[in-house]
Amino acid sequence: MNRPANPPMPINFHANVRRVVANPVLRASFRGAMDFLTAKRATQFPDANAFETLRAQGEQIRQYALSRLPDLLEQLETNLTRNGIQVHWAQTPDEACRLIIDIASRAGGGLVVKGKSMVSEEIELNHALEAAGISALESDMGEYIVQLAGEKPSHIIMPAIHKTKEEIARLFADKVPGVEYTNSVDELIQIGRRVLRDKFRDTRVGLSGVNVAVAETGTLCLVENEGNGRMCTTVPDVHIAITGIEKVVEKLEHVPPLMTLLTRSATGQAITTYFNWISSPRRDGEMDGPKEVHLVLLDNGRSTAYADERLRATLQCIRCGACMNHCPVYARVGGHAYGTTYPGPIGKIVSPHMLGLEATRDLVTASSLCGACGEVCPVKIPIPDLLLQLRQQSQGHSKAPQLPGAGSGHKTLQSIAYRLFAGLYSRPALYRIFGLLATRLRAFSPNQQGAWTRSRVPLRPAGHSLHERMKSRNGAKVK
Amino acid sequence: MTPPSVARERILSRLRAAPQIVMTAPAVLTSPAEQSPETMLEQFRRGIEAFHAEVIDARERTWPIVLAEICATKRIATLMLPPVGMVNLQPWLDGPRLSRFDRPIETLKTELFDATNASLTIADGAIADTGTLIQSDPQRMPRTLSLVPPIHICLLDVRHLYPSLQSAVAATRWAEAMPSNLIFITGPSKTADIQQTMAYGAHGPRELVVLLTEDL
Repeated sequence: MNRPANPPMPINFHANVRRVVANPVLRASFRGAMDFLTAKRATQFPDANAFETLRAQGEQIRQYALSRLPDLLEQLETNLTRNGIQVHWAQTPDEACRLIIDIASRAGGGLVVKGKSMVSEEIELNHALEAAGISALESDMGEYIVQLAGEKPSHIIMPAIHKTKEEIARLFADKVPGVEYTNSVDELIQIGRRVLRDKFRDTRVGLSGVNVAVAETGTLCLVENEGNGRMCTTVPDVHIAITGIEKVVEKLEHVPPLMTLLTRSATGQAITTYFNWISSPRRDGEMDGPKEVHLVLLDNGRSTAYADERLRATLQCIRCGACMNHCPVYARVGGHAYGTTYPGPIGKIVSPHMLGLEATRDLVTASSLCGACGEVCPVKIPIPDLLLQLRQQSQGHSKAPQLPGAGSGHKTLQSIAYRLFAGLYSRPALYRIFGLLATRLRAFSPNQQGAWTRSRVPLRPAGHSLHERMKSRNGAKVK
Repeated sequence: MTPPSVARERILSRLRAAPQIVMTAPAVLTSPAEQSPETMLEQFRRGIEAFHAEVIDARERTWPIVLAEICATKRIATLMLPPVGMVNLQPWLDGPRLSRFDRPIETLKTELFDATNASLTIADGAIADTGTLIQSDPQRMPRTLSLVPPIHICLLDVRHLYPSLQSAVAATRWAEAMPSNLIFITGPSKTADIQQTMAYGAHGPRELVVLLTEDL
């Protein structure tokens, strides 16, 4: 399928945002979806104390796993290998793509049918496969729609939330052979089902992500509702799973608390329709299941984040999307504006170690630091604190180990403005003079105030400062 | 491109070079208190019904008779059974044509995907608090049998209920010998990917019927 003509880039964040904010249909789609998801999640956590207990447990399981990450990865590899699952390591997206192309080519697959995998988006696998002469077909309904439209997912859990059903109806009528326009959701889903069912039956290579990998047993766990994940991991001869190196836990008993946090936070369900634990290819005596299973472990900057004790917390993430569902910025600008695979608050803190701080320098500033993301995070990632830390790095003010591109967000004019601000506000005499001048000369304040006046009325000082007004008010009272 | 073995060494050595944080293992997670079988069954039923499954209690009757009624109501013409086991259903079911998943999927795909209305499987147990069926033996119960046909009928022996997934993990000792594939099923296949509108039968079964029995 086509690569988007002009994929939004994170470096153009401000321009991307202006485009979305001017589009009322898109804004309504995001608002509607976010309200739906936040309301559904709220029904799953009626008791705040119980939620706190559960998420403290989730945090502890993830932090503990990260504290032993290299050991657990080796244990995972040993146990997967013993179970007959082949393990591959990739430092970069390019290495991961080539590994997958090699496996798919050996299996004789001209087509790879894909279950939902954000890591495959991260490495832009579909384009790499295409370039190698292998087609990739997304089979999650949302991903299928997005691929058909030549777009990228706008949300990590619900990839097509930016589209209305009418837009999807037109897309199907245009792109799927023999389909008439229908805006019945049931019919649209049945169209997708028919198209994809033939592919599940006939395709030799299936690909999936992994929600959590268990070191002690060598198990890959996947959650899903549609059944396409089970199709991709079960019917084709070869199943390739891809995941980030952070997605491992030590014990099987660590899976239930994390998965209940994941499904309740993500879509407000106590559990998903299917929960699929894969520990081996087809064994002797079994009638189905893949003959080969591969796991590709991807680094892509994760070990850089791991090296910084504070940024390491970004690796606790279980990819539920609750932070974006509750983010006032995401709800307005949507997933595409960020221009990164992972949008929203979590995207702002994981993209810098994947893409460097220069490409993502505007993303870390796109937050009011309201703290909603940190409050809903099921594994207690301190997202607002990490945003502040990344802002400091982006300005070149951090003493912590630096990400590539540190200091690239520094602007001389901005720096002078803040120095002036600090100087004025820490010297009372100077501040009074400034206040007097600003209020008395308010008529001279400029009408063009850069980005501020692009969509707002100009800022103008009041006629009298708060100090003056309080003084006159108190004086009046005494009399 | 670096050879894969080099990638492995580099990733692991970068992780090992990072500051060490020593943490104690998370406390062994406790399961909820034991519950009576009736409470668990009630919880299970409510849970899975909320996920759009149909639950039919066949404990007072002979389940093959109930199965025959389901096949008649749903106009099931072809029903696929697991490879082995299960009583001979032929005398009970005069409606649907019966087949068995008794050869490798490679030679069974067309029949399974294109010519089977419904499947019958046996659950190895169920989880009460979420209303979830467990299928833990792919040799007895092929993985795709519960996935591909549009209607999935699943027999559940009500004596095999666990209060929660956590307690099932502890009681079954899966960690000591993992099945090649463990499947947890809560309702028929579904999606809300188009404008948050729920639709059933996305890629897996459109309908899930759970038959409660006591004599499997």
